Amino acid sequence: MNYLYFLYIEFLQKYNIPKLFGDITYYFIPFCIIAAALLVIVLALVLVERKLLGFFTQRKGPNRVGWWGLLQTLADAFKLLCKENITPDKADRFLFNLAPILVFVPMFAALGIIPYSSEFTFVNTSTNVILYLILAAFPVLSIFLAGWASNNKYSLFGAARSIAQVLSYELPMTFVILSSVVLASSMNLTGITLAQTSKFWFLGWFIFPNILGFIILFICILAELNRCPFDLPEAESELICGYNTEYSGMRFAIFYLSEYAMLFANSMFISILFLGGYLSPFGKYLFGSSFLIYFEQAFWLFLKASILVFIMIWIRATLPRLASFDLLKFSWVYLLPLSILNLFIVVMIKFAGGG
Amino acid sequence: MTTTTLKLNLGPQHPSTHGVLRLILELDGEKILSCEPDIGYLHRGMEKMAEQMSYIQYLPTVDRVDYLAGFFYSELLCRIVEGALCVELPEKVRVIRVMLLELNRMASHILWIGMFLMDLGATSPFFYTFREREMILRYFERISGQRMMYNYFVFGGVRRDINFLEDVEEILSILPSKLDDYEKLIEENPIFIKRVVNKGVLEKETALNYAITGVNLRASGVDYDYRKQDYLYKGFDIGKVILREKDSMARYRARILEIKESMKIVRQALDYLKKSSPLEQKLVNPINLKLPEGDYYADIEAPRGIASCFVRSTGEKEPYRLKWRTGSYYSVNLLRKLLVGEYLNDAIAIAGSLDIILPEVDK
Repeated sequence: MNYLYFLYIEFLQKYNIPKLFGDITYYFIPFCIIAAALLVIVLALVLVERKLLGFFTQRKGPNRVGWWGLLQTLADAFKLLCKENITPDKADRFLFNLAPILVFVPMFAALGIIPYSSEFTFVNTSTNVILYLILAAFPVLSIFLAGWASNNKYSLFGAARSIAQVLSYELPMTFVILSSVVLASSMNLTGITLAQTSKFWFLGWFIFPNILGFIILFICILAELNRCPFDLPEAESELICGYNTEYSGMRFAIFYLSEYAMLFANSMFISILFLGGYLSPFGKYLFGSSFLIYFEQAFWLFLKASILVFIMIWIRATLPRLASFDLLKFSWVYLLPLSILNLFIVVMIKFAGGG
Repeated sequence: MTTTTLKLNLGPQHPSTHGVLRLILELDGEKILSCEPDIGYLHRGMEKMAEQMSYIQYLPTVDRVDYLAGFFYSELLCRIVEGALCVELPEKVRVIRVMLLELNRMASHILWIGMFLMDLGATSPFFYTFREREMILRYFERISGQRMMYNYFVFGGVRRDINFLEDVEEILSILPSKLDDYEKLIEENPIFIKRVVNKGVLEKETALNYAITGVNLRASGVDYDYRKQDYLYKGFDIGKVILREKDSMARYRARILEIKESMKIVRQALDYLKKSSPLEQKLVNPINLKLPEGDYYADIEAPRGIASCFVRSTGEKEPYRLKWRTGSYYSVNLLRKLLVGEYLNDAIAIAGSLDIILPEVDK
């Protein structure tokens, strides 16, 4: 448990409310915080992506709604909320409606186990990393469900490609994450973050002994997020919209929202594994002693994640899409052996360092 | 367990069929077993329409046969009328027409680069190519008042004298550096290379059997360019773009090289026009224009292959029958052969590489 929890219990004890009540109701607080943060992050991310893509292609991006187009995403979300939810006649109604929920819930849970700062981890278990891996991989099943239940040929192709993709990137990704776990001797995300502290600014970050692993993980995350150049399941020029072709209104909005939330969550995950998580790149914090330090730590994590998001958007603006078989080949022939080799090297480094 | 093939209806409302092409694909997994193009969703009756209209009434509509290369089709109709009435074009009119045709060819090819990359999943080049095309379209707008449907060529000449030549100068100075940018962004990209090299190989014999013309034919290694025997291009040095690789990459490179060759032709025309005296032309009087009885035929090297026009006249104000031959029509037919055995995502890229424009197919 953490700082927030103790604050809450203390607050309740002032009014003589039993601790058991606090234990049960505590989880509503992080839930509300995450939900609020999530909305802000997603709304900002969608706008940032559109603006950046605009700049990359010498356009202005959205600039009509609100100052500098700031309210554009809100307007879009409102429009989607007002739209009719259409369920195709031949679709499996139950599964069709279940899929957006199943893509949303694990994404929400994944945000809950990320250590935002040294005292703000809402759910902190000793094997956070495994939990995160499961939650991050779960949306693929939802995508498959959405594609299958839509009863649309394009959706089906999107779903099939998505499953083919998950087989190819999950394995190298796991090996790379294992290498970070070995370096930190911990399976807890906070533990991995703390293992990267060093006296010399940012030299303790795992990206330095493990740059190959960082690159492999970055590629795998791109594939997991269905981002360009691995956006095969929703390839617009081939499959129209892939798995979410048949979705409209709020259900489509949920897919869209989870995609961006997952983008940010995974960027934070990479930052934690390789870029020192919430640690300051200067070795010490600006607000060393006050409670502001927690906000500063969260700021560093968000900054690192934002840089990764920027790179992902940059890649999207630059590269064409891979052919589906090229991705499988690339993954099995290059990524998997490299990730195993990388794990081997990392273990050797660890032993040589007297770990 | 029994397995069956899947019938997929690609289009007519599909983001990458460039308009309203419908492909009925039979798929095994993502592998294409057979492909049946279905056309006619953009049929506007361009040929039948001609039979009710006098030649000058029909002239403004022919730009719409191919909205990306309007000049070529008005040139064809003008050529038919001029040929039937034995009109000699003044030297300057000829050069003006060549310059505008080549600029139009450049605009069309530049747009194709963007569309092709869009088919491959890269979005940015689309906007870059639109930016370059915009320069050319703006020039067309300045001289003809229209961006795409120019109606600038008239029987026996052009509507008014050419001006704003400094705009053409600017296009010629800016475009080479932009083409270099494309080379860096696109041609050196390993994913792009993987998607286009050795994909959609179009053999020489197949190309000739399916009556493919234009850049697609030259990218398959056949040296045939109608401009060489075109009277309009007399005195111009027309470069030679022939590639032997036969794949999508060759078709891409051929178009880039052709833009460069077109720039050279525009340069030659520009040098002539700068020194030339004001335009003197004798236009054909379009009122009560009647072609003598007989059959008339004309060809031109359009951006998407050779375009032809056939007119049978019975001596009336309207043609008895008018027929267009367009390059894209034959490229669509080629999909039947070229897509078999390919995977779905390659199929989109291959179909894109042939540069199919649907208004031209359906007319």
